[in-house]
Amino acid sequence: MADLSINLAGIQSPNPFWLASAPPTNTGYQVQRAFEAGWGGAVWKTLGDPIINTTARFAAVSFNGQRVAGFNNIELITDRPLEVNLKEIAETKKRFPYHALVVSLMVEPKREKWHEIVKKVEAVGVDGLELNFGCPHGMAERGMGSASGQVPELVEKQTYWVKEVASTPVIVKLTPNITDITVTAEAAVRGGADAISLINTINSLAGVDLDTWNTIPHVAGKGAHGGYCGPAVKPIALNMVAECARNEKIKIPISGIGGISNWKDTVEFMLMGATGVQVCTAAMHHGFRIVGDMIDGLNNYLDEKNIASVTDIIGKVVPKYSDWGNLDLNYKIVARINTDTCINCNKCHIACEDTSHQCIDMLRDELGNSYLKVREEDCVGCNLCSIVCPVEGAIDMVEVDSGLPPMTWNQRQEFIGKFTDKVEIKK
Amino acid sequence: MLNGKTLKLADNFLEIDAGLSKHEAVEEAQRCLYCYDAPCIQACPTGINIPSFIKSIASGNLKGSAKTIMTSNPVGASCARVCPTEELCEGACVLNHSTKPIMIGNLQRFATDWAIHNKQQLFKKAEHNGKSVAIVGSGPAGLSAARELARFGYSVTIYEAEKKAGGLNAHGIVSFRLPPEIPEWEVKQTVELGVEIKTNIRVGTDIQADEILENYDYVILAIGMGNVPKLEIQGEELDGVFDAIELIKETKENQIRKDFIGKKVVVIGAGNTAIDAATCSIRLGAENVKILYRRTAEEMTAYEFEYEFAKQDGVEFRWLTAPKKIIGKENQVIGIECVKMELSDKVKEGRRTVVPMIGAEYVVRADIVIKAIGQTRHIELIDQFGIVHEQGVVKVDFATFRTSNPKVFACGDCIFGKGKGEAMVVTAAQQGKQTALAILQHSDLLNEDTKSNLI
Repeated sequence: MADLSINLAGIQSPNPFWLASAPPTNTGYQVQRAFEAGWGGAVWKTLGDPIINTTARFAAVSFNGQRVAGFNNIELITDRPLEVNLKEIAETKKRFPYHALVVSLMVEPKREKWHEIVKKVEAVGVDGLELNFGCPHGMAERGMGSASGQVPELVEKQTYWVKEVASTPVIVKLTPNITDITVTAEAAVRGGADAISLINTINSLAGVDLDTWNTIPHVAGKGAHGGYCGPAVKPIALNMVAECARNEKIKIPISGIGGISNWKDTVEFMLMGATGVQVCTAAMHHGFRIVGDMIDGLNNYLDEKNIASVTDIIGKVVPKYSDWGNLDLNYKIVARINTDTCINCNKCHIACEDTSHQCIDMLRDELGNSYLKVREEDCVGCNLCSIVCPVEGAIDMVEVDSGLPPMTWNQRQEFIGKFTDKVEIKK
Repeated sequence: MLNGKTLKLADNFLEIDAGLSKHEAVEEAQRCLYCYDAPCIQACPTGINIPSFIKSIASGNLKGSAKTIMTSNPVGASCARVCPTEELCEGACVLNHSTKPIMIGNLQRFATDWAIHNKQQLFKKAEHNGKSVAIVGSGPAGLSAARELARFGYSVTIYEAEKKAGGLNAHGIVSFRLPPEIPEWEVKQTVELGVEIKTNIRVGTDIQADEILENYDYVILAIGMGNVPKLEIQGEELDGVFDAIELIKETKENQIRKDFIGKKVVVIGAGNTAIDAATCSIRLGAENVKILYRRTAEEMTAYEFEYEFAKQDGVEFRWLTAPKKIIGKENQVIGIECVKMELSDKVKEGRRTVVPMIGAEYVVRADIVIKAIGQTRHIELIDQFGIVHEQGVVKVDFATFRTSNPKVFACGDCIFGKGKGEAMVVTAAQQGKQTALAILQHSDLLNEDTKSNLI
């Protein structure tokens, strides 16, 4: 049995699985049920001045029959009085002293407002604070959430104000609705953040009803953008986590969020630099019990690889993540089709023929049977055929020797630069 | 080719169903709704957390998946192949009401096959608690009880009359449905926990009941049932009359006989063993195989899928037909005299009874007659243990599985009374678990530690 416990900026947790600040962590009842089910931590739904919510609030995107590929919400922060939340937080912490209980906060960007709420929340005994600079809807219109999270100066300043009074670790939750998330991450670091968590939800409109011409969801015939999350956003989140992890100026722990649904997603986020993960959509789809397989699967994976502690995998793939300019231009792979496994759907052919490099031929053997073959000399190794192939093992992407030594774009430019310099000197 | 089967007879006994590919399994696992308080769990006699093991297949946690299955059902790999899933888990799947049910049996097979092929040992030996248990019989009930008791810390010895452990799963279910390596792996899972299996020892003959009663704290009888009883008709001693159980056992031991090739076979009875005997006969090269049953398809005890399977194999069914006399020539079967029956309104043991139609006798040509009319009881052995039984059905308190002797427990087919539905492998496995738990409770060892092992 591997050690699954983590320490995120001083916050101890029996495992890396936390529930994100969201509808599942609205009450003590819910958070306690989650801990009973096995979740290692929870970020309490954002506290602030109680708001009024609309109906409806959620919408989801199904993709080819798979429900909840993406999830969209327009629900805001807590709609319950601060005192009620604090009472339940205290009860929960008392019942589960060894679980990570972090509380998400959001107030107006005013120093005294932040001081006030931080003191009140820390007084009931929490393990950490998470500053919600990410909520993209509703609160943003009031100058909070992503509205302040999109302005690096505001991120820095508010983090600083919190750090002036906070005694527990402070996590800054970042919005992805920004061109370069490392800019706000750096601002959080400058403000003194102990950790960052990302990503919050992405501005979204789930759909439009073709008959009623209403948005999905709509509130009395009117819609507003929501925040998108769930499996569909995972690649976006994974990149943002990795970009922060490999940034020299952001040397603080990362809590990874965005489409994490199982232990495999968790391993990916941790390999790309996350110290732990936060989950919401998968729990909303299936209930808290999904953590059972997450714990078991992660443990079996680590045991299988003889890794003693889950913390040993944090950031292990970060050194392999770089800029395009550092990729080897002379590395070559080509597609090979295994005729025995191929079921002759010809999807690879048409994908290549119409949209890539026209190198998969439809042929017939001496008995008149159809088969597909890659002209390797024309194949650019783009992966498209193997992506569209519906059969496991029918197309292999194999490494071939290009006959050239490794050379990146940056090396190439550097070389040309030297050559150009010389020419200039001669002049 | 003969009857659509190859004349390389041994090949006919290879497992028919190839199982799901990884791609198919993951796709099917993702189709599972992961219901909460799922009806499939309720429908499984061993209460396997089916949505959970399927979720683990979807997530790629195959070890966790296999462990979920095997924790609840120590013979879960065999059950994946032999359970009447359409009547149990798959029959309860909520998708029956919308699209089509999840292939739970096949997914269970996928996960357990993975564990078998990757030589996984799923359970750990517990610290010895100082108590000893002797189990008579290593079939599904005995093995299941042993596995659980070993996990609770008991020192367990199984006495097995055959040379190979596994009971019905090892000897009584045709290889093309349940290959020998599946129960072998289940036996190994149990042996690895420190359970000693003494094979080739027939209790009552090689060792006396008294000796066992003396030397162990508890005794579990999981002795199943015996061979097929006599038909009590003329001609039963002729050459060419077979016992279905013996015949199936022979094929499981890789003794593929050649003397069925081109023969006309008649099987008497219509339970799962009769179907197995019939489909075995087809695979042994018989030219024609008929099942004779004195009732109708309505009353037969064979599973629906077994019946379908036999029909597809070309087995013919003669309903309302009872054997009267086996006809022989030079001590060799040449036919069987039958009588047409009709259903009466009288119900006995849950089934309608039949009466012969007067003057409706006729002869069916046959070279081979296979008896498959149920199984005898091990009455002598039960008597040796001095416990109360009713015509060989051991009497137990179903809450504790205790017999009339407080240190003797019994489970599986030996407590299965007539007219009590179907004697299923999965039920035997559950009873084995429950018996182990009853012993744990009786030893007053049910505490936080042992509780964590319970499902």
